[in-house]
Amino acid sequence: MKSLCSNAKALLIMEQNELIPHLFRTEYRKITAVLCKLFGIDHIEVAEDLASETFLLAVETWSYKGLPENPTAWLYYVAKNKAKNHLNRDSIFTSKITTDLKLSSQGFEEIEIDLSEKNITDSQLQMLFALCHPSIPTEAQIGLALRILCGFGIDEIADAFLTNKETVNKRLFRAKEKLRQEKVKIEFPRRAEIDKRLDVVLLTLYLLFSEGYYSESEDKVLRKDLCFEAMRITHLLTENEQTNQPKVNALLALMCFHASRFDARKDESGEIILYQDQDETLWNQELVQKGVCFFKEASRGDKLSKYHLEAGIAYWHTIKTDTKEKWENILQLYNRLLQLQYSPIAALNRTYALSKANGITEAITEAEKLNLTGNLFYFALLGELYKSVDKQKAKAHFEQAYSLAKTKTDRQVIRKQIENL
Amino acid sequence: MDEFALIFRHEDGQKVASPEQMQAWMKQTMDWIGGIAAQDKFVSGTGLPFEDSKVVRYNKIVTNGPFGDIKETIGGFVIVRAESVEEAVEFAKGSPVLQGEGNSVEVRKIAKSDGVH
Repeated sequence: MKSLCSNAKALLIMEQNELIPHLFRTEYRKITAVLCKLFGIDHIEVAEDLASETFLLAVETWSYKGLPENPTAWLYYVAKNKAKNHLNRDSIFTSKITTDLKLSSQGFEEIEIDLSEKNITDSQLQMLFALCHPSIPTEAQIGLALRILCGFGIDEIADAFLTNKETVNKRLFRAKEKLRQEKVKIEFPRRAEIDKRLDVVLLTLYLLFSEGYYSESEDKVLRKDLCFEAMRITHLLTENEQTNQPKVNALLALMCFHASRFDARKDESGEIILYQDQDETLWNQELVQKGVCFFKEASRGDKLSKYHLEAGIAYWHTIKTDTKEKWENILQLYNRLLQLQYSPIAALNRTYALSKANGITEAITEAEKLNLTGNLFYFALLGELYKSVDKQKAKAHFEQAYSLAKTKTDRQVIRKQIENL
Repeated sequence: MDEFALIFRHEDGQKVASPEQMQAWMKQTMDWIGGIAAQDKFVSGTGLPFEDSKVVRYNKIVTNGPFGDIKETIGGFVIVRAESVEEAVEFAKGSPVLQGEGNSVEVRKIAKSDGVH
């Protein structure tokens, strides 16, 4: 009986250990967005601090009292009280924002801290557009969005940008300063301004999704959260009349097509399973269908964005059977994508599609022209192409790729390729 | 790195190709351009369809299309980045336009607005 009890307790602690990071991912940014919207961009740090304190208290309280019945409601309740206390306690802060809030002298008990679903949604979208203000550089915009709207830690942002914590801290600090100087309002910009900022907003969401999808983290729950968060915010944009534009739908379609393979991409131990080895029955057909719907919406305009092309490529990947038609379509989409925007990974993928559509010989000639000798995927591609032609050369290329691999996952995948030769 | 225009000249612009030929030619052109873009050497380009084409001559005389007394017509152009004219010529050699006898690709350097050119 006793051991059953301690087991139950251990289970509870485990649940909490998973639940708190999960809630942090989903709720931290909601609380921050609502409070920041309420206080104004000047007090962005106050909003962040109050949200952090709320989670600190949750960790402390829940570990000895156990989980509350409704953890999210608990967090909102505590956040509201902390916000009210802060307003009552900090007189300087209060007098500063009183005018903004148009509060009566009756005190702050009556402030409505609105954590309803609608206000959370509105606040987040408005924050997103505020953070993507043209006065701050794109990298800082994305960094801020990751921090404030997605609850990323500074070290996670540093990882995402391949830089160090100090640089990220400085960058975010300067960006917040700039937002204050520019007196950026947390509101929906006007139509013309929305169009200008939308590209950065979409890029931020695209990077957020990628971070979840390709992350090195072995924590599947966290990675999935990130992907679905990005999808959720993108979905919000499609529900807003002003932002329901073809490229937004294209991005959402792209995310759906990729996310449909989420459960098939890694095995139990977190090792990547390559596309051709994936268990098709694990592909989520519901997400594929959703993607198709958004893709239809995306085809309404007359402008072709890179998201349209990438969604097209992702769509063809949802069909497992190799056909001439499939690879021909993928090749042509990559041909156009590269004309619109070059990237080494698109160049490499295009060459792989070329091998499927036009044959190995042509693809090897084209691959060797790419000359991306610092890129491990370049050598992995050459290894793959030479596999059926010259095993020695294939091995040499895979070994070169191995020597360039920096992560455990990459090394695992390449080692397997060498073993299977 | 300089930019070069690769200008496609067709000997007989009035020749009508079958839809299958057109499709095959389109694919080859897209694959050729995709190959240049995959090396990050593609700048821009466009086809120049023969419909709705006019020639404005001396004394502002307007004629239909570039055909008739002009033997060659321009079918389009692509602008590429290249280290040298030789590299641009290597790109040009891959153009499917050259499969037609009498067709040619003219390689021309793009003038820089540096006050010299």
